[in-house]
Amino acid sequence: MPYIVARPKLNFSEKAYLPAIFSGLGITLRHFLDILSGKKKVTMQYPEEKWDAKLPAHYRGAPTLVTDEYGRERCVACQLCEFICPPRAITIHPGEIPLENRWRKVEKFPQEFEIDMIRCIYCGLCEEVCPEQAIFLRKDYAITGLTRKEMVHDKKKLYEMGGVMTGLVNKWNDKK
Amino acid sequence: MMHLLLFALISLIKTIGLIFVIILPMVSYTVYAERRVSAMIQDRLGPNRVGIPLTLFGFQKDIPFFGLVQPIADAVKLLLKEDFTPNHVNKFYYCLAPACAMAPSMMALAVIPFGSQLWGEPMVVANVNIGVLWVFAVSSLGVYGIVLAGWSSNSKYPFLGGIRSSSQMISYELSLALSVIPIFMICGTLNLPEIVRYQTVHGWLISPIWLNGISLFPPSINGQEIMRSFDFLKFLLWIPLFISFIVFTISMFAETNRLPFDLPEAETELVGGYHTEYSSMKFALFFLGEYAAMIVGSAVIVTLFFGGWHVPFLPTTLVDPYTFWGVILGLIHIAAFFFKVALLLFFFIWVRWTLPRFRYDQLMRLGWYFFIEIALVNVFIVAVILPFMRR
Amino acid sequence: MSPLLFWIFAAIMLVFGGMVVIHRNPVASALSLVVSFLALAALFVSLDAYFIGVIQILVYAGAVMVLFLFIIMLLDLKAELRRRPNLPAVCGGFVVIFLFIVAIAEVSFRFQGGDASFQPIAQGPQGDIWHVGMILFQRYNIALQVVGTLILVASIGVVVLSKRELK
Ligand code: SF4
Ligand code: SF4
Repeated sequence: MPYIVARPKLNFSEKAYLPAIFSGLGITLRHFLDILSGKKKVTMQYPEEKWDAKLPAHYRGAPTLVTDEYGRERCVACQLCEFICPPRAITIHPGEIPLENRWRKVEKFPQEFEIDMIRCIYCGLCEEVCPEQAIFLRKDYAITGLTRKEMVHDKKKLYEMGGVMTGLVNKWNDKK
Repeated sequence: MMHLLLFALISLIKTIGLIFVIILPMVSYTVYAERRVSAMIQDRLGPNRVGIPLTLFGFQKDIPFFGLVQPIADAVKLLLKEDFTPNHVNKFYYCLAPACAMAPSMMALAVIPFGSQLWGEPMVVANVNIGVLWVFAVSSLGVYGIVLAGWSSNSKYPFLGGIRSSSQMISYELSLALSVIPIFMICGTLNLPEIVRYQTVHGWLISPIWLNGISLFPPSINGQEIMRSFDFLKFLLWIPLFISFIVFTISMFAETNRLPFDLPEAETELVGGYHTEYSSMKFALFFLGEYAAMIVGSAVIVTLFFGGWHVPFLPTTLVDPYTFWGVILGLIHIAAFFFKVALLLFFFIWVRWTLPRFRYDQLMRLGWYFFIEIALVNVFIVAVILPFMRR
Repeated sequence: MSPLLFWIFAAIMLVFGGMVVIHRNPVASALSLVVSFLALAALFVSLDAYFIGVIQILVYAGAVMVLFLFIIMLLDLKAELRRRPNLPAVCGGFVVIFLFIVAIAEVSFRFQGGDASFQPIAQGPQGDIWHVGMILFQRYNIALQVVGTLILVASIGVVVLSKRELK
């Protein structure tokens, strides 16, 4: 069914364009003057002003590894994150925890844990999938480097960035 | 022979001074202004960072300088880009077109008086009697750049842009020329410096009700002269001149391909319009040519309607132009002219970021159905008023 | 104006006038004609006839040739480029050129006063445009009115024709 929209009847001042044009010019001039005089401020001058303090807790910055309050690493090298990572940014070389180790309750720990930050798309799937809550997306967003190598975060760097996270972790939970 | 050489030398100095010292920097700063003003109209800030790059020399901080060095950065960028010539173009005309787009606006500057005098030398490159006709003639040549670019690019979007542009420019040249005829009837001359002289005496043509005899330097009010210059018909003259101003300004927008009439390059329909296939410095020439045309257009409007270099309440000449104050006065007049041009440029930019683009048939109808008729009627109105006016 | 400039502009005009005929590409021909017009305008200016010179640019180079170019651009140029020159037409052209040169020579050598120099246009403060106006509106006023009416009629005719719906 064709549907005909009746054109609105314009009165003379609307047909003459000019009043509308002048009011439009008035609007743009007001915006111009507001910004020029600094009355209105929208833009944040980035490198000088940062909004780091206002970042929400769930902000998805760079993925990092965390330790618990005793300094034990949470990751059990289950490699789930490696498999779920859409751009395959994560590379894990699992290793066995030696028998005499005081913390030997699980067998595996990540010998090497690398996240290639050129690949990472900050999707947060690794954090979601991790059964041990060992990997978290923290608030660092300005990940830069001059070489490709620099952009690959190794295990040391990841722990450094991640820091300590307290709370329940299955691995050290005695009931399980 | 000596006389001729001296004349040539002075003209050369004036030309170079005008184009390289004033107009070309003005063109690049108009681009900068366009970006800043458009940003502020849209609640942004625009390019405000490029300054003196002290960090290059090992200092801790750059001096941002409100981004005023941005045009230099732009120029460097454009020069260093790859100058890519597509294989399917008509090479000769493809290279010729950018030059054709830039040159006419520079040539049109020749007859525009950009100041009163310096050391007794009139500040206009060519003081010829055909004045405004020269501007129209040369700017009508500007269409060749666009048409050639569109045709030689040998691809559809530039071609459509070229065709649109040529018909647009031809249509609006008519109303452009017709709308200023009242001015020539009132001033009785086509010579632009003479028109400005007329305005210094009888008031700017945008408001021809100026009362002569008021001056601040030396402060005096000459009652007799004010009475003599008062004439009721001058108020009547205000109507046709205002119409003429509006028609001329709007046609100038169309002639310089500025929004709301930028159909030749309408990005949303024609990719980049006639310069789609151009890159690097060839593209820059088109780009700068558009802004140069805008500056020339503003300069013509200032000369015809806003009194050219005239500053109200300042004397137009001192007795001796060779004294210190004479030179200062000349410089003030030049500055006043370019200040007025800058204000008009702001208006051009302001309109661009306010109004949406017209449709092609609307544009043509506006030109052929309204402006030409209005301009013609306007000529008649002035012709009726003038015989009754006291000269 | 020195004779040197006269020769330069005359040469430009003739060379580009020739190019109009020689070029196979119609766009190139049209543009050559524009250059030729510009040189012609320069010659007018050298005779102190600024008004005619600038009108030459404004009307011919600025408006008429743009329209020509506009139409040429819409044509199929390839077909034009493929066409072979036909001999009788070329010969006819040369005959016309020859006759034209003969005619000019006849006029300038035989005609009495053909080499006389005329009074220069008086250069007052008003310039040549003032003279043109005076002569047009005083001596040839009737003719001017008639021409004006003709043009008016023609333009009304164009509007009527273009408004007519195609059946
Ligand atoms: S955030 Fe996404 S892309 Fe980045 S490492 Fe985790 S899973 Fe991979
Ligand atoms: S970070 Fe989590 S998901 Fe990835 S290997 Fe370690 S425990 Fe498994």
